[in-house]
Amino acid sequence: MDLTYTDKQVAFRAEVRDWLAANVPKTPLASFDTAEGFEAHREWERTLAKGNWGMVTWPTEFGGRGCDLIEWLIFEEEYYRAGAPLRVNQNGIFLLGPTLMEYGTPEQKARFIPAMASGDEIWAQGWSEPNAGSDMAAIRCRADRDGDEYVINGQKIWSTRAVFADWVFGLFRTDPDSERHHGISKILVPLNAEGVTVRPIPQLNGLPGFAEIFFDDVRVPVFNRLGGEGEGWRIAMATAGFERGLMLRSPARFQQASKRLVELYRQRGDDIIDPAAEDAVVRCYMDAEAYALSTYQTASKLAAGGSIGPEASCNKIFWSEMDLLIHETAMKLLGPRAEIEPTTAAEIAELGAWLDGFQFAQSGPIYAGTNEIQRNIIAERMLGMPRK
Amino acid sequence: MNFTFDDDQLAYRDAVDSMLQAEVTADRIRARWESATGIDDALVEQVQALGLGSMLVPESLGGLGLGPVDFILLAEACGRVALPESVVDSVMVATPLLVDVLDRGLGNGSVQRVIEGLCAGELSVGVGHPINPCINFADSTDWLLLARGEALYLVPTDQAELRAVKSVDPSRRLFEVNFEPNPEQRIAEGDAGAALWRSTLNRGALATAAVLLGLSDGIVRQCVQYSSDRQQFGRPIGANQAVKHLMADVAVQMEYARPVIHRAAYTVAVAPTRADFAVSHAKVAAARAALLAGRNGIQVHGAMGYTWECDLHIWVKRAWALTREYGGEGFHKNRIHQWLQQPNALLGPEFTFGRGSLLDSTAA
Repeated sequence: MDLTYTDKQVAFRAEVRDWLAANVPKTPLASFDTAEGFEAHREWERTLAKGNWGMVTWPTEFGGRGCDLIEWLIFEEEYYRAGAPLRVNQNGIFLLGPTLMEYGTPEQKARFIPAMASGDEIWAQGWSEPNAGSDMAAIRCRADRDGDEYVINGQKIWSTRAVFADWVFGLFRTDPDSERHHGISKILVPLNAEGVTVRPIPQLNGLPGFAEIFFDDVRVPVFNRLGGEGEGWRIAMATAGFERGLMLRSPARFQQASKRLVELYRQRGDDIIDPAAEDAVVRCYMDAEAYALSTYQTASKLAAGGSIGPEASCNKIFWSEMDLLIHETAMKLLGPRAEIEPTTAAEIAELGAWLDGFQFAQSGPIYAGTNEIQRNIIAERMLGMPRK
Repeated sequence: MNFTFDDDQLAYRDAVDSMLQAEVTADRIRARWESATGIDDALVEQVQALGLGSMLVPESLGGLGLGPVDFILLAEACGRVALPESVVDSVMVATPLLVDVLDRGLGNGSVQRVIEGLCAGELSVGVGHPINPCINFADSTDWLLLARGEALYLVPTDQAELRAVKSVDPSRRLFEVNFEPNPEQRIAEGDAGAALWRSTLNRGALATAAVLLGLSDGIVRQCVQYSSDRQQFGRPIGANQAVKHLMADVAVQMEYARPVIHRAAYTVAVAPTRADFAVSHAKVAAARAALLAGRNGIQVHGAMGYTWECDLHIWVKRAWALTREYGGEGFHKNRIHQWLQQPNALLGPEFTFGRGSLLDSTAA
């Protein structure tokens, strides 16, 4: 055990910090769930890509830097420390990207990864359907083979970023006679294709962060299928595994938030303080540290040739509940002014983004597999409790 | 950056773990409750044969020269079987305290002799840290390390006054200890004494945290077994989500206590004077997991969980006792709170490790 950084890692951190200091926009961008904010975030992705900072773990030929997971964690620490914009293409770079690297053909990688890295193609995800939420194997959206094409019919829902995105990846039933997790394939679909209708769904904050997607005889080439026909479920499970758990919500996000919470706590007015808030501030800071330590331990195990088991399901529960506690506590500390949606510069300076974060935190225990499903996975696959 | 244990450390853990799993059964623990000393002498010899007695003693003093990181997995293994004997306290608290005294050029003729006796497994030493009201198994020790203010005394047990008190945990044999300070038995005082007691508290809290994690693991294992065997409505009770989720909640808390404990062990080893935050975090996280394990564990066992007959309470009651040992939740949260309140505390994602972090022993 050696919990010190190498000289190379220290130098890498300094390089990241310098570049971010010179390039991170001085004023926060508008939400990427608005048309204007979406394009501003796309522009930021382009800036990142020009400096080869878009996805540092990717090979250099795809615009990355071939970094290992420890360097990736360092990058994220500096990224959140610098207050850099959220990643509008997170569906692409964190979820689809690693899957393309593992299952894509050389031609598919060449077609999709550079455009993903450059921000020219922003990705939405298409897992859920109206009758397939937690039970994703119940999907019915069809992709029928017709020569060199698939003809897609059906509906997806809760597709994050789909309102303004360029492409969607998702699971489709390529064998019409199949049941459950058989006969499903992973297919990539351009959202400007004929027959695609996107209907925005306003989220809790009123902005269209996700959408319904209707497919009406949408034709895509067989080239757009990732992995073999009928292998979609297995590939999706791989995407849902560790890489996703580690990459989707890196610890630095919560460490930075809990640091800001401590700062808010130090500034509190004495009339606002709730004895429970003191306990919560301590707990939030500890939990964010614990999540970071756990991630470093996991990254070290992987580097030593180990693998990740079902214990990865613990992290989804842990970070989503921590995120709720961080923001609930901030609301407590802001007191009666917590309900104000900041619009003026003075209000933004005073109230920050806590209210928006608080609303977003409500979704954490639901998306990426509800925490109830995660608890089932932990009980059955990690602890060995009976399935029935 | 390598946050893993090496093959030697894991092999040592496996050897200790399998010996304890085979030897420390619930029946044998219950037998200790009826015995005169509460100690299984044969087991103590087996532990000694595995080298635990001398592992944290420097090679120059005849020990194995290992450190807290090497021992932390073993402490967890002791908790997993709810080992009654004070092995963890002896290895991780009493022995390093005596070694610290020597390192500071303090002590009297007895200190080195006692360390050699500990290495050889010929004697045992109890520690009376002022934060704990009692000393466990004090009646079976040969020497006691006792406090009077900041001063530290090494006192033959037969010269101290012991009064037995009863613990909720029948495996624990607690004694309130009183003594007449004798200057010849004083081995440290003033700032040195305060520093020794402070690092002793951290080592004690760290060791206790690891034991609590092991206890949680032991409880979860019993619950998984019981809920798989016990049938109601024609199927195992563990098939119900409500039961599964009780255990999953414990697993999540354990998963995020474990690396915290490992970081605390590393910090105590490399930057002991800056270890308060890491140790307090470990103690709070481990206690939280263990208390939840106890409560949910009893619930999963139903009425059986509320009986003396069911072995579960061997683990649960130890957890109740140890959450308070070497500082309860309030003490440790307050230490963290004070750190977070310091204007010069370096907080944020870039300070988990590295320059300026609490692991950086060169930092101010």
